[in-house]
Amino acid sequence: MSAVPPLPKWADIFLLPVINLLAAFVVCGLIVLAIGENPLTALGVMVKGAFVYPGSLGYTLYYTTNFIFTGLAVAVAFHAMMFNIGGEGQAYIGGLGAGLASLWLAPFLPALLVLPLAVAGAALFGATWGFVPGYLQARRGSHIVITTIMFNFIAASIMVWLLAGPLIQAGQMSPQTPKFEASGQLPSFQALVGVFGFDTASSPLNMSFLIALAALFAVWVLIWRTRLGYEIRTVGQNPDAAHYAGINVPRVIIITLAISGALAGLMATNEVLGVQHRVVLNFTAGYGFTGIAVALMGRNHPVGIFLASLLFGALYQGGAELDFEFQSITREMVLLIQGMIILFSGALAYMFNPPLARLIAALTRKREAAHV
Amino acid sequence: MPVLGGSDGRPPAIELRGVSKSFGTVKANDDVTLVVEAGTIHGIVGENGAGKSTLMNVLYGLHQADTGDILINGETVVIHSSADSIAKGIGMVHQHFMLVPNFSVLDNVMLGSEGGMLLKKGRNETLEVLDRLEAEYDMSVDHDSNVGDQPVGRQQRVEILKALRSGARILILDEPTGVLTPQEADSLFRMLATLKDSGVTILLITHKLTEIMAITDSVSIMRQGTMVAHRQTADTSPQELAELMVGRKVLLQVDRGISTPGDTYLSVSGLGCQSRKGARVLTDISFDVRSGEILGVAGVAGNGQSELLEAIAGMRAPNDGSITILGKKITGQSTTDPEKMRTLKLAHIPEDRHKHGLILGFEARENSILGYHNTALGGTGRLFDRTAVTRHCEALMATYDVRPPDPALPAKSFSGGNQQKLVIAREMDAAPKVLVVGQPTRGVDIGAIEFIHKQLIALRDAGCAILLVSVELEEIIGLSDRIVVMNNGRQVGIIDRDEADERTLGLMMAGIAKGEAA
Amino acid sequence: MSDFAFQLLLTFDATLRLATPLILCAMAGIFSERSGVIDISLEGKMLASAFAAAAVASLAGSPWLGVLAAIGVSVILALVHGFACITHRGNQVVSGLAINILASGLTVTVGIALFRQGGQTPPLASAERFRPIQWWFADGLDKVPVAGAIYRELISGHNELVYIALATVPISAFVLYKTRFGLRLRAVGEMPKAVDCAGISVNWLRYRAVIIAGVLCGLAGAYLSTGQGAGFVREMSAGKGYIALAAVIFGKWRPVYALLACLMFGFLEAGASRLQGIDLPLIGEVPVQLVLALPYIMTVLLLAGFIGRASPPAAIGEPYVK
Repeated sequence: MSAVPPLPKWADIFLLPVINLLAAFVVCGLIVLAIGENPLTALGVMVKGAFVYPGSLGYTLYYTTNFIFTGLAVAVAFHAMMFNIGGEGQAYIGGLGAGLASLWLAPFLPALLVLPLAVAGAALFGATWGFVPGYLQARRGSHIVITTIMFNFIAASIMVWLLAGPLIQAGQMSPQTPKFEASGQLPSFQALVGVFGFDTASSPLNMSFLIALAALFAVWVLIWRTRLGYEIRTVGQNPDAAHYAGINVPRVIIITLAISGALAGLMATNEVLGVQHRVVLNFTAGYGFTGIAVALMGRNHPVGIFLASLLFGALYQGGAELDFEFQSITREMVLLIQGMIILFSGALAYMFNPPLARLIAALTRKREAAHV
Repeated sequence: MPVLGGSDGRPPAIELRGVSKSFGTVKANDDVTLVVEAGTIHGIVGENGAGKSTLMNVLYGLHQADTGDILINGETVVIHSSADSIAKGIGMVHQHFMLVPNFSVLDNVMLGSEGGMLLKKGRNETLEVLDRLEAEYDMSVDHDSNVGDQPVGRQQRVEILKALRSGARILILDEPTGVLTPQEADSLFRMLATLKDSGVTILLITHKLTEIMAITDSVSIMRQGTMVAHRQTADTSPQELAELMVGRKVLLQVDRGISTPGDTYLSVSGLGCQSRKGARVLTDISFDVRSGEILGVAGVAGNGQSELLEAIAGMRAPNDGSITILGKKITGQSTTDPEKMRTLKLAHIPEDRHKHGLILGFEARENSILGYHNTALGGTGRLFDRTAVTRHCEALMATYDVRPPDPALPAKSFSGGNQQKLVIAREMDAAPKVLVVGQPTRGVDIGAIEFIHKQLIALRDAGCAILLVSVELEEIIGLSDRIVVMNNGRQVGIIDRDEADERTLGLMMAGIAKGEAA
Repeated sequence: MSDFAFQLLLTFDATLRLATPLILCAMAGIFSERSGVIDISLEGKMLASAFAAAAVASLAGSPWLGVLAAIGVSVILALVHGFACITHRGNQVVSGLAINILASGLTVTVGIALFRQGGQTPPLASAERFRPIQWWFADGLDKVPVAGAIYRELISGHNELVYIALATVPISAFVLYKTRFGLRLRAVGEMPKAVDCAGISVNWLRYRAVIIAGVLCGLAGAYLSTGQGAGFVREMSAGKGYIALAAVIFGKWRPVYALLACLMFGFLEAGASRLQGIDLPLIGEVPVQLVLALPYIMTVLLLAGFIGRASPPAAIGEPYVK
């Protein structure tokens, strides 16, 4: 095999992800076809469901909020070459932090005090659940992937025990906490813009979306503008050189995992503080895993993560619409798409690289030849 | 057609005709021709990067030649993989052994020649063959212990036994003594002589001329990917071989002026270090380096030089003794860390720029503050000042002639010489009082070598104390004011530059202190 | 025989039933990981094959055809994993995760398309699933104290897949330690370059390893839906693939140790349901969740070196580049 010419930067950043995405959609389309439905009709239903129907955009952005948090969590860890697949557990435990703060403080304090503390609680609890695997990886040599997988299950066990036991709403059978007092609830988007006299359709979109946008910006600053970010990227790209440079590699790994866990924990601000207003069983619903797809697609960059979150938000919301329109395809179709996206833009990320690079090199040569 | 006489009428064991192999734009092997007579020990010498290893990998099927023919025992063969070459009776002893560390000796020897689907039968057979081979070539090894627990010399025997067990009649050894003690090397050579007597053809790749002279029958010399000459060992001399290898009468001319040493800036006393596994890598090293002086460290690669550099640079904690930099004493008890060392005005140009010196995926400007990112170079505020960093990098590039002078270009896009200049620029620009340098010109083109040497001398003349580690003896002799010679983690002696010639240094590098040699 | 002893016996019996899919998946994990390929897709392969087994058993009326379909589907997923990780040198964890999520989506999507029962298969009739086999004299020996009960409850009375699972352990150990293939497989997970230099194809070895993993996961899936259960239910693998992965680690990547880990984890699960709401002397009531989480907690502690040490194959997770 002859040497592959390098792929131009623009193609690497834009063209390759788009091709990978298309590949995922084409394969899913073929499966839909095999089931006996028209994939284009299904796509149309999803687009309408995600953007067109009243309130649908709010729902899409509500899902987007979750994915921004979990996507950022995975991305920050990826910059240190750490694969945190524990976003699910960190978000779950983050929900506990937010929930405890709201449950205990909301009866006594005003929202202006409760909500920042609840948000901090989500971040802090999530950070703890990332810190421990980070510590075990950095100081004890445990593989971060395995530890975070195990921590997802441990988190689930703890939460089932708490929600079905100590924290259960008195007199209720379903495993969930009592509802928070009003000062423990993040205001909905509808209420927020209502203050300015705008009237919007009802949706679960709430103030946590703004927190997510702030997190996007904060992560960008952290990674590319701070000394810690520089150290994180150095550790990720070349731990030997990091050691040479005097960077304390284990310490950076632990801090990175704690930050990653905090971001995942913040997902609870949307689900727990913004929508459910209580901690319910399995509120994370796999969003932590979707974060991996988001980070892979978004190339670990906040801009990419925002776009990928929007895509997945639209998929989730549009996917729900499939249930109403079709007999044989449901929202689980979205899981299929998600799996395909992880496969093509993650595991097979560079499958299309060599042929694409050759094609572009050939085209460029031809054009240059034409000019001569 | 054969020029070199095969006495017993056998065809040459190996013949290469016009073999070429390129990696990208680099021609690693260019039209190489080689004849190795059966039953002889044939040496291939050349400097690092001359293309020896590539040639052997082509012969062993790890790389495929772009053009050219390979003949084994007179027959043209096509070698696509190591399986093909093993089938042709070729065995290879790699520089880094191809052994599974936590497998037993027996399992390692069996791998690839198991003798059937089930191990039991093959295991007994292998044991028999091993016993026979060991008796024949006088190399005993414990069959049941793990390879990883054995000393290096023993591991190499396993590698040789493995090749013989798979039926090798042609044995290629790639820099076999690089990791051996002199005693182990001697025993290896005795083994090779016995193998030769029993008809095995041996191809020995090395850059050590003494080995060529000691045990080969004939020798081929490579330079920059081409085969430049073939000689009968009896008809040549180390001087001739050295000239052929280098290609010109090199007297590394460095305009070094006179050094005016001042106060002692760096002092190493009784320094000892252990590897993570507890092996001694440095024992009782003591020397001083004064301001305005270059102390060269000579030695065969892997004799503790890397560990010495790392210890002084703060990357490795000393187990015994101390390092004193400008009056500040560092022992095993002090928490060492490279960043603290930098604040003591120490700079470190690492031996391996890809492993330590640069982050290849980072932009040049990001690399220009590696290790200094917490200083004012990154800006004075809490956030990085990108403009300041860019300006700093631009200044470095201009002063040290780094091309292309584009701070936004990733480090991997620069040539080797310019990457090295970037590292050197970063470290020298910090105006160090003490500079430790490893292999400053490895893999760097001639023009850049000259530039780097000038910079080192200029820094010395500015009053810096410099510790220079290099495997290039000429570089050591050309730049150093005094030279410390290392062998097996110990210092053999320290001599003045005026007393140093290649012969004296060579003996010392072999562990023979000055004056001991008769 | 005392009631307690009999309860214990029943718990052991349940242990074996619960451990069966773990054992099969753990052996799968050992083959894959010993070759250097991380396999977190045990879960997904098991889930997909559970669906395939139930669907085909239901449509064709034979559990054995179901097993074949299960193995087929699982091997296809294993080949996807191999294609991504071996051929294209992709990230093995990412690939495994993709397969797990694909399996979640595919089973429900195809299930709804085929059966219109919300992602489930129709309940399987007796002839469409594996039934317990009563061994000779199982009832006749009932009179023999202790041994008779053990024979009837523990040894006899399981279905074919349970016995197959148990058999895979010595077979795996034999293959790994006594055959040429096993020697090479272990070598390729430790030092692929040594294998390559010995003239053996690294990729082909690894492909064979992941295919074997596929076959074993297929059996595990078939057991879930046509042996233990009577039909496919959404997400019925319920994290068992990950517990099996924990057992692989706990068993230090060795078949017999992994079997013991599976039995221990199975016992914890069997015991947990019996412990519910019972006050134990001295300890009081043990939260069921704690017992169920023990496999994960113990694996974390083991990996961190707090209880013994488990060192994975040296080359695990690293794609082989010549």
